[in-house]
Amino acid sequence: MEALIRSFFNFDILAQAWPILLAGFWMTLLLTLAVVPLGFAGGLAVSLLSTARSRVLKSFVIGYVDFFRAFPPLVLLMLVAYGLPFLDIRLGAFGSVALAFFLNTSSYYGEILRAGIESVPRGQLEAARSTGLSALQAMAWVVLPQAVRNVVPDLISNTLEVIKLTSIASVVALPELLHAAREAQALTYNATPIIAAGIIYLVCLWPLVRLLSRFEHRQIALH
Amino acid sequence: MGHFADTFLNWAVMAQYAPKIVEGTWVTIRLALAVVIAGIACGLFLSVLRAFRFRAVNFFIVFAVDVLRALPPLVIIIAFYFALPAVGVRMSAWVSTWLALSLVLMAFSEEIFWAGILAVPRGQWEAARSTGLSFLQTLRDVVLPQAVRLTIPPLTNRTIAITKNTALGAVVAVGEILYQAQSAYSFSYNPSPLLLGAAAYLILFIPVVYFGRWIETRFAWKR
Repeated sequence: MEALIRSFFNFDILAQAWPILLAGFWMTLLLTLAVVPLGFAGGLAVSLLSTARSRVLKSFVIGYVDFFRAFPPLVLLMLVAYGLPFLDIRLGAFGSVALAFFLNTSSYYGEILRAGIESVPRGQLEAARSTGLSALQAMAWVVLPQAVRNVVPDLISNTLEVIKLTSIASVVALPELLHAAREAQALTYNATPIIAAGIIYLVCLWPLVRLLSRFEHRQIALH
Repeated sequence: MGHFADTFLNWAVMAQYAPKIVEGTWVTIRLALAVVIAGIACGLFLSVLRAFRFRAVNFFIVFAVDVLRALPPLVIIIAFYFALPAVGVRMSAWVSTWLALSLVLMAFSEEIFWAGILAVPRGQWEAARSTGLSFLQTLRDVVLPQAVRLTIPPLTNRTIAITKNTALGAVVAVGEILYQAQSAYSFSYNPSPLLLGAAAYLILFIPVVYFGRWIETRFAWKR
């Protein structure tokens, strides 16, 4: 028990590691605030393109989504971070993570939003158009608000996954929370920082998990 | 163009490292299968245990599931591999990755199975019990078959997402595809092996993504 406390819940070590962990936490937050809106915007574009009439455009979008959903995100990140510099495209760690996450999350958000748009009855669009709204207006003011509302649980679930996924940025040495924890572990030669990082993730993400499990039960019960 | 081909599609480098990538592919397949089997079996077991509605047990299950859903999988893998040895628990990289991902899949599948069990109308329970079936028989022969059918689409998608996380094993040097590709890249200082690894993932996972799509339409929930 004493060994457990000394190695995992050591307050002296935690006090030493705290500034590093805090900096890592801010980086994780910054990363989340960058990749979630970017991915969502990309997903919106993907879902709108998939409603297009053009066959070519449609199959291109489906290809894009399937392609990036088949890649494990870490593989995509390594390709971007280590491959692109050979083309003289240097994005830096943050830029590489942002690009890889954009490609990955826009596919997932795109799939979710497409399902949302398809769940809105066609009559809604037709009624909106017949009142004189343009196609764009009808989409923006009538179809999308209902579409988004129908897939809120999936959107939250995906957002939770994206936030958790930011931890892979540690692999390309972006100093986010997990990277900070490993660095602090190496400096202090003690595992407390890793446990502390786990607890920080837990405290921040638990409310989202609770919220989601409510939604899921309601959704499957309503089937 | 010649430069591009030399850099990214260097046949000599690819031919040299292709056997390593193939070796890694087998490791990925074995790891993924082991995770799927252990994760889903444990998840089903926990959801059945939860159906007995022992207060203390259920509190513990909900807590464990929430923690496993809130923590990034990479954090769990790293905690198992780098933190647990501090208290004398040592496991190989393969076991750390397998155990971490199985626990995560267990948590998600438990939630999904439990939602499925809740979705079976109470009348089914009552009718089955009144015909003389025991609690266990009712659960096994009446409730679970209906519940599992409901859970197939969300479970398939979640399982696919978690099997892709086998790539995270590369971080603790499990010799799967990404690790092999990455070490070949470092030896040759040429990104061709990374592309080869990416191709291996596409070959493995594109059929899986399509299978997921098919399952989704085949077992679609009626909204």
